[in-house]
Amino acid sequence: MSASENITTQNIITGQDPARAARLKKRYASERRFKTFGAFAVLVGILFLALLFISIFSKGYTAFQQTSIQLTVLLDEKVIDKKGTRKIKDLGKAIRYSKLVNRALYQKFDIPLKGRDSKKDRSLAKKIISGEAGVQLRDMVLNDHGLIGQSVTVWLLASGNADSFIKGQISRDTPEARRQIKDKQVAWLDMMREEGTLEKQFNTGLFTFGASSRPESSGIGAAAVGSLYMMLIVLALALPIGVAASIYLEEFAPTNRWTDIIEVNINNLAAVPSIVFGLLGLAVFINFAGLPRSASIVGGLVLTLMTLPTIIIATRSALKAVPQSIRQAALAVGASKTQSIFHHVLPLATPGILTGTIIGLAKALGETAPLLMIGMVAFVKEIPLSPMEPATALPVQIYMWSGAAERAFVERTSAAIIVLLAFLVIMNMSAVILRRRFERRW
Amino acid sequence: MSQSTQNAVNSSMDKDTEPAVPIKMRGVDVCVHYGDKQALFDVNLEVPEKQVTALIGPSGCGKSTFLRTLNRMNDTIDICRVAGDITLDGQDIYDPKVDVVELRARVGMVFQKPNPFPKSIFENVAYGPRIHGIGQNKIEIEEIVVNSLQKAGLFEEVKDRLDEPGTGLSGGQQQRLCIARAIAVSPEVILMDEPCSALDPIATARVEELIDELRENYTIVIVTHSMQQAARVSQRTAFFHLGILVEEGTTDQIFTHPNDKRTMDYITGRFG
Repeated sequence: MSASENITTQNIITGQDPARAARLKKRYASERRFKTFGAFAVLVGILFLALLFISIFSKGYTAFQQTSIQLTVLLDEKVIDKKGTRKIKDLGKAIRYSKLVNRALYQKFDIPLKGRDSKKDRSLAKKIISGEAGVQLRDMVLNDHGLIGQSVTVWLLASGNADSFIKGQISRDTPEARRQIKDKQVAWLDMMREEGTLEKQFNTGLFTFGASSRPESSGIGAAAVGSLYMMLIVLALALPIGVAASIYLEEFAPTNRWTDIIEVNINNLAAVPSIVFGLLGLAVFINFAGLPRSASIVGGLVLTLMTLPTIIIATRSALKAVPQSIRQAALAVGASKTQSIFHHVLPLATPGILTGTIIGLAKALGETAPLLMIGMVAFVKEIPLSPMEPATALPVQIYMWSGAAERAFVERTSAAIIVLLAFLVIMNMSAVILRRRFERRW
Repeated sequence: MSQSTQNAVNSSMDKDTEPAVPIKMRGVDVCVHYGDKQALFDVNLEVPEKQVTALIGPSGCGKSTFLRTLNRMNDTIDICRVAGDITLDGQDIYDPKVDVVELRARVGMVFQKPNPFPKSIFENVAYGPRIHGIGQNKIEIEEIVVNSLQKAGLFEEVKDRLDEPGTGLSGGQQQRLCIARAIAVSPEVILMDEPCSALDPIATARVEELIDELRENYTIVIVTHSMQQAARVSQRTAFFHLGILVEEGTTDQIFTHPNDKRTMDYITGRFG
């Protein structure tokens, strides 16, 4: 198609002149060359992106499932509440419930509850269930005292190693001496799997748990809530401050040396390494203002400082893009300057402002370095109930998990990255959708 | 120079057979600077009430600048300074006590390029009355909108699609929408800055007709590049050249017996 076009063009335009035909050919060639380069560049980009996604997803998808074991546990009052006080002081001791869980396991595997010869078996059996299982039972009992003395059938978390084995991350073929899961445990796990008392279930804990030293009971709950608080703080502070500053600079401020200096410095701030903002936050918000360490309020404030220049730059260019004729039209019907800005210019600039804000937020969501400086790299087990409580953030959680040795932490690291990426994709998509919606309205 | 212009004005006024019309706006010794550059030199011009005054002249002669001093649109340009007196009904519009918002409600403006707000046709017209608190309720606003659109000769064309975006209209319709928008705040003077330069001949004819109709109720000052247009729509014409008001008089007189050689050269197409 394009070849025949070329021929006819040559015939019609170049006629008999060979030099002219050669020039034309060269022009087409350079155009083709440039197109090829462009396509190649895009391809390389897509390739790397695909590589990133494949590597993260292949490592991380398993973390969305968690092996659980069904056990029938007798909630023996003699163990958990010897004196029958029903007080949290007695009922709240998770170690007592662990004892009950272990007892149920020994019975299941026909291991004597006492005796020297079976001690080794008992210690192996214990290790296939999570140390957190006691906590699970305790929470059930604390919710319903009526369960005491009864036998309950519950799904309990398998230990990290058992989980890794079931998921095939620990191979059967590895010699026993180097394997985290011993032959006896393998036999038990296989037995339970056949009997249907061992299953891979959707890992809700990944989203609800806080930090834990045991991989099976650690999740991104506390980190996600910390990130959420910070994003809300950034949105609540950076958007109004940034937009107000931009409107003033773009529409009201006179152009003079001062505004020039401010403009240069805003651009500089946007390029300042984020860890510097962390140092600033440490000095100002924690040491000077006395805000609590590791709290998401400080993180939010630091990220606000970091996001402000991005929002200001985006907002100013969005305001600049609104045609001057709209401002004049509004002024000419007798609108004041403020009215012309708020009734006409700002609504037209909204898509651009929103896009800039969401991109700024996305950048803040993925930021780690400044949070390390203000102590948000902390072991936070409980989900923070307010921004003043200690919290971590998603990327910090990823950073912390990536240093852990257990197999189950490796997959959780990737899973947390997937969650973080999902949030970023959602944010960017909402930027696109908002943009479309607002543009269509006009 | 200014003296001779004044004489010319007086002599032309004497020859006028019509009774003397009250003066709506008056510029006395108007000088405008953009930074170091002077754009207008001692312009003295009177705008009679309920007539169309055309400002003509080659590009960069200051006619648009003068137009914009009449409703202080030049205020929006940082480096622009205006000296001299401009009065509306005898009141100095550059007096610090004058509210520029009120002034612009009395002296409306239509621009070279149609610039409707990217909102519905209805909202375009209703915006002005709303911000000025004209029309207390929905019904009154609706009345104003319909009335303004009718006056701008647009109502019949758009009555079924008032909630469609104003930007979806054709160029000529958009310009008439802008005129309707200007009328909606019931101004006394309407300034038009080359309102037809972006329109095709048919749309131009329609707008010119409209200007002629509007003359009954409004004082109009129009800047135009087209001398035919000035001749067609205006009663008085002022010729600007290099920031100087060269000559001013009834349109008939300017186009048939100009006093100044430069005017003669311009209207006969020898430059510009």
